[in-house]
Amino acid sequence: MSTFVLTAALLMIAYFAFRHGRSRALAQAGGKSHALHSLPYYYGYYVALWCGVPALLLVVAWTALQGDIVRALVVSDLPENLRTLPAQELTLLLNNIVNIAEGAALMPADNTDIQAAVAHYQNLQDIAFGALIVLAVTVAVAGILFARGRISPALRARNSVEQAAKWILIASSTVAIFTTVGIVFSLLFEAMRFFRAVPVTDFLFGLEWSPQTAIREDQVGASGAFGAVPLFAGTMLISFIAMVVAAPLGLMAAIYLAEYAKPKLRSIAKPALEILAGIPTVVYGFFAALTVAPMLRNSGDLFGLSISSESALAAGVVMGIMIIPFVSSISDDVITAVPQSLREGSYGMGATQSETIKNVIFPAALPGIVGGLLLAVSRAIGETMIVVMAAGLSANLTANPFQAVTTVTVQIVTLLVGDQEFDSPKTLAAFALGLVLFVITLILNVVALTVVNRYREKYD
Amino acid sequence: MAAVEQTIVETQPAPVPKITARSVDMYYGEKQALFDVDLDVAERHVTALIGPSGCGKSTFLRCINRMNDVIDGARVEGTIMLDGENIYDKALDVVQLRARVGMVFQKPNPFPKSIYDNIAYGPRIHGLTDTKDELDHIVATSLEKAGLWNEVRDRLQEPGTGLSGGQQQRLCIARAIAVSPEVILMDEPCSALDPIATAKIEELIDELKENYTIVIVTHSMQQAARVSQFTAFFHLGKLVEYGATENIFTNPTDERTQGYITGRFG
Repeated sequence: MSTFVLTAALLMIAYFAFRHGRSRALAQAGGKSHALHSLPYYYGYYVALWCGVPALLLVVAWTALQGDIVRALVVSDLPENLRTLPAQELTLLLNNIVNIAEGAALMPADNTDIQAAVAHYQNLQDIAFGALIVLAVTVAVAGILFARGRISPALRARNSVEQAAKWILIASSTVAIFTTVGIVFSLLFEAMRFFRAVPVTDFLFGLEWSPQTAIREDQVGASGAFGAVPLFAGTMLISFIAMVVAAPLGLMAAIYLAEYAKPKLRSIAKPALEILAGIPTVVYGFFAALTVAPMLRNSGDLFGLSISSESALAAGVVMGIMIIPFVSSISDDVITAVPQSLREGSYGMGATQSETIKNVIFPAALPGIVGGLLLAVSRAIGETMIVVMAAGLSANLTANPFQAVTTVTVQIVTLLVGDQEFDSPKTLAAFALGLVLFVITLILNVVALTVVNRYREKYD
Repeated sequence: MAAVEQTIVETQPAPVPKITARSVDMYYGEKQALFDVDLDVAERHVTALIGPSGCGKSTFLRCINRMNDVIDGARVEGTIMLDGENIYDKALDVVQLRARVGMVFQKPNPFPKSIYDNIAYGPRIHGLTDTKDELDHIVATSLEKAGLWNEVRDRLQEPGTGLSGGQQQRLCIARAIAVSPEVILMDEPCSALDPIATAKIEELIDELKENYTIVIVTHSMQQAARVSQFTAFFHLGKLVEYGATENIFTNPTDERTQGYITGRFG
């Protein structure tokens, strides 16, 4: 909280730096802004950036490092018998000290060592924060002094500010990229721990999935089987069913909305269709488990088919309905973006509306439509809730949509729910599954981009 | 009403009229775009429609193949006869009309398909051919007539959008020719082209008039003078003056025509 106040104060200082820079530049030019190289406010930004950016960077770096340094100092001042505890117990002790210092735990009345450590910790924190305030304000003021000294009518403030803006934008995009890299690495390291326990080939090509590991030697299920093939087969089956439902329905809805519907109807129907995307997936799960699945089972009985109450079909169909808006909304946008001149060209040849759509508009819009379909596929692969509720948890290796199957994401959830030890293969398997899923969606995206680029047509 | 302001020069040996427009009024919703237009288009000649922007010349052109049907709220009153048949008759199939009246647009608009498929588009949707050989033949002759064959004969399977602007426009003309229309409407076909490509298209128009009735909208008075035999001058949605091109350009009877062709307004 106090860091927050400090940041707000620095922003205030930067604001005054802005006003100061602007008025100083104007004063130097004798009040005539055309005598300056840049517009006056660029000089304001110039001073504000010199004041704010280094100080804020300092605050960020300081708060990131402060905790570790203070802890190290606390440890070094602990009495000999505590300092030499095993690493895990030391961590516990330290956490305890921090909790007491922050008022989250009670101070033990009888342990003077801990009382001393807590006092020491609080003292160090206060010193660190005081130092931070002094340093940050000094840096901010130094920035102002440096920048104001450089202000002159010839200073190219605009160019400097534009450069700074560019670097801020670069930094923002780097954050996104580094987050992705971080996710990949966190998956990779845990997955490697898993592969130390279970061979990669067993995982990738094994046909049996039963991630039970026994706590005692003589328990049932002592031998866990980590063959991921049934999970990926289940994922593919359900995604396939979902796309069989969503692709034609979504596309045809999009074509109707874009080409046939009157603007008034379109303005109502399009948002109404998009509501489907806003329904929470848990609600779709209810719908699949309580309405669609019994309906399918009963109608299956009529035809002499045995459909289990938890089936890939029920989950896939409902998931298909859920992703209709992803297909229809994007397809509608790309169809509408096809130039009117192409439609007129086709009508001018005597083509009917449906011939025009089939032969001209659809091919022209295809790259965008493929993009929409792939977004829908990745949505289907990642969907968890509907499958948990409607398709069950049993890892059957089957292509029969009437049976219960399970998917990768569902298994990841079940593996990580509840109290888990993080060094058993059962828990680590979740990361391996996540890694493979990530690789698959990555390949899907690359393929999609290649397809889209190959068939892309350019219009002026 | 408007007919009083309109002078028709009757000095030409009147060729057979292919298209006969009588008292055509055209509305975009509430706004009236054409007022009582009477115009005869001569068969196998080039008729140019000129006039300042927004004068209704393109609107009139698009009435001839009912392209305005696509626009919401557009309606046409009066009659336009093609070979004595009213094209606004309810019984008339607009698909067949557009097979008889082809159109070339202001901006080249080849379909995102191969050169071959662009030309084959019309014959395919109208079922003009039964065999691949017949279709190949139509594609080749259409491209020859459009003067594009020698430039593209070796790359018929490449996308039509990869051609240069002038080539694209000739491709669009070839595409229109491929269904053997009787009339070709051209809406400022050269406005997006450079002078060399324009010259080629004009040459082509001159050749095409041997077999087709051509109506061309143009902003260039030189172009109208070069390619057309008849010229109609539109102003504010009215047909002001219509007659043989040389008469319109050398001896206009209406002072608005005179003003426009001498560059005093428009």
